[in-house]
Amino acid sequence: MAAVEVPRDEQAFLDYVQAGGQVEATDRLPDEYRAKLVKFIEMHANSELMGVLPEREWILRAPTLQRKLALTAKVQDEVGHAQLIYRVVEDLGKPREQCLADLVSGRSKFHNVFHYPTRSWGDVGVIAWLVDAAAIISQKALLKCSYAPYARIMKKICWEESFHILHGRDVILAMVTGTPAQFELVQEALDRWWAPLMQFHGNPIPQEEDPMWHWRIKSQSNEAARQQFLEGYVPQIRELGLTVPDPKLRRRDDGVWEYTEPDWDELRHVVTGHGPMTDERLAFRSRFIEQERWVRDVVLAA
Amino acid sequence: MIWEVFRCERKGRPFEHAGSVVAPDADFAEAWAREQYGRRGESAALWLVPRDAIRDVESWADEFDLKYRRVDGYSIKARLKEARERASARTR
Repeated sequence: MAAVEVPRDEQAFLDYVQAGGQVEATDRLPDEYRAKLVKFIEMHANSELMGVLPEREWILRAPTLQRKLALTAKVQDEVGHAQLIYRVVEDLGKPREQCLADLVSGRSKFHNVFHYPTRSWGDVGVIAWLVDAAAIISQKALLKCSYAPYARIMKKICWEESFHILHGRDVILAMVTGTPAQFELVQEALDRWWAPLMQFHGNPIPQEEDPMWHWRIKSQSNEAARQQFLEGYVPQIRELGLTVPDPKLRRRDDGVWEYTEPDWDELRHVVTGHGPMTDERLAFRSRFIEQERWVRDVVLAA
Repeated sequence: MIWEVFRCERKGRPFEHAGSVVAPDADFAEAWAREQYGRRGESAALWLVPRDAIRDVESWADEFDLKYRRVDGYSIKARLKEARERASARTR
């Protein structure tokens, strides 16, 4: 049986990936496909790198040594994910230095949820549990990505994310079984994070119009991801006695969740660099990129 | 220099491609690979291979029809049906 070769003609290539075919770094890729991959994967890497900052702020304030260690391990994991993912981008032709420069100058984006402040330990729990849960839904769908090197590193990333979710759930459970004041911290954090969580998977554009679906970079629509999040986590939130701050939230008889339309203008505004913590966190990242430049220089000179 | 990383999850399992690292030499490559693919005890062993050292073999010519060497070269369904019909005709 002759092995399937990756077609060189662009239409044939498209047919190939749309039929579930996967390609490797060494295959010839259409320019548009390569550009879309870089944009998508770079944003993912940026999000891992920026995503550690809301939690990093709480390492020194974590309530116990155990929590401090777990949080540190998690931050280490996320930075590790950024390393893996930037490597994939680099292989596609965009140097890491350029990715970092574009991140701090605001030319490239990162996920909306990492533009918001972490006000209390309750926020840390909600981020670790629900933000990671929302993220793992998108990442699991990427296991089928048409670009095989990206799909492969996602295996390791999903494996580590499962520990993060459990850690987050454990933080939440400790607080909801604690004092009324602790319970209240969780409810307040949930109230703050619900809107960004509902915006997280993006506006419900039809799958056929999503260029990332077109090239089979994504294997799931934005709305399907959000529905999966609601189906999986709303019952888990409610069983703890917490209230989801959306009076319209309802599961229809056919299993579809109805909810208040998320504020898409806020999403656009935040991800284009106007979130409450955008400037502060980018300035922090920028300072460290400069401060540690000597390490890269030394290593690359070796 | 690009190093491809292959990891083995448990002793006795095959090495599978995991990803790659960029490092100036083998020692740095090992340090990065340990950090990125073995930090949480998820690998029993790693292979680090310079990308340039990999010989990529991808095209499989099949000019002659060699299907007779494989299971997909044999479609027995119709023949089996006929054989069964004949057998039952014989016993009748």
